[in-house]
Amino acid sequence: MSDVNLQTESAADRRSFLSGLGKITLSATAIALLAGQDRVGLIGSAKAQTANNDVAILNAALGAEQEAIAAYQLGAASGLLQKPVLDLAVQFQGHHKEHASALATTVKKLGGTPVEAKKTYSFPTQKLKSQEDVLAFAAELEKGAVSAYLGAVPILTDRELARVAASILGDEAMHWAVLRQALGQNPVPTAFLA
Amino acid sequence: MRLLVLLVGSLAMIGPSCFAADGDAGHGAGIYQRCLACHSLQHSRSGPRHCGVFGRKAGTLPGYAYSQAMKKSGIIWDETNLNRFLENPLKTLPGTKMAYAGVKDAKDRADLIAYLKQATRDPAICD
Repeated sequence: MSDVNLQTESAADRRSFLSGLGKITLSATAIALLAGQDRVGLIGSAKAQTANNDVAILNAALGAEQEAIAAYQLGAASGLLQKPVLDLAVQFQGHHKEHASALATTVKKLGGTPVEAKKTYSFPTQKLKSQEDVLAFAAELEKGAVSAYLGAVPILTDRELARVAASILGDEAMHWAVLRQALGQNPVPTAFLA
Repeated sequence: MRLLVLLVGSLAMIGPSCFAADGDAGHGAGIYQRCLACHSLQHSRSGPRHCGVFGRKAGTLPGYAYSQAMKKSGIIWDETNLNRFLENPLKTLPGTKMAYAGVKDAKDRADLIAYLKQATRDPAICD
């Protein structure tokens, strides 16, 4: 599946696409997204619903990524995070921005419309009074994100997209583990995630 | 024999529409962690808030942008409907924005629904 129609795409086209992704450095991810893009050209009306489902799944993930970006912004701007934890939060926020950018690009390539970030999010700001509170809040979001991607990977029809989603899942799981470590908790509490 | 057939047939009809909510809410709280990427009890996020979900007509929570599929579903959320939906949202309601494979284990779903019932009745959480 992943080599479908690749021969019709020029190297220049690929460079153009990659340059359009700006700061994205996960080349494997970008390549996988390209594979997804190629497949769109072969999708006929009979498979349109399948593509629509993948768009819905990616848009759901995009919405969660946008919320994570906002949550890390809240944490970074709270004044509660001290270095090096602050640097870590900014780095993780950068990862979520890369995920969001890649997901939005892919939704467009699939013919969909990326969901837009909300103007405001309802975060439990009244409960965030210390660095530990912020870390715990971020850890909860990251754990939720892992579960969301676990729920998305099996139902993505395009296997290359599923691979990209699994790649993001791995990143979010690392975030969760690091945040738990910073909280003094067991960073990897279970052998399996759900 | 006819009586047995009738009895079995009646039970088969009752089965799908009757969901025993005898789940373990404590375990369900852990299952609910999976939902936290998109949902919370008190606030709508990527998904709608869960406070008030039981008895609510699907797609009607003010301020949340539902899919057309959800708006037109006619579902009134109860234990049975939630059980069906949560098993496989996209299959149960094609077009839903809840792009999630589902909670496949029946006991996990029962526990999750038990937790939702308990939490959404808690005035300290859902006033």
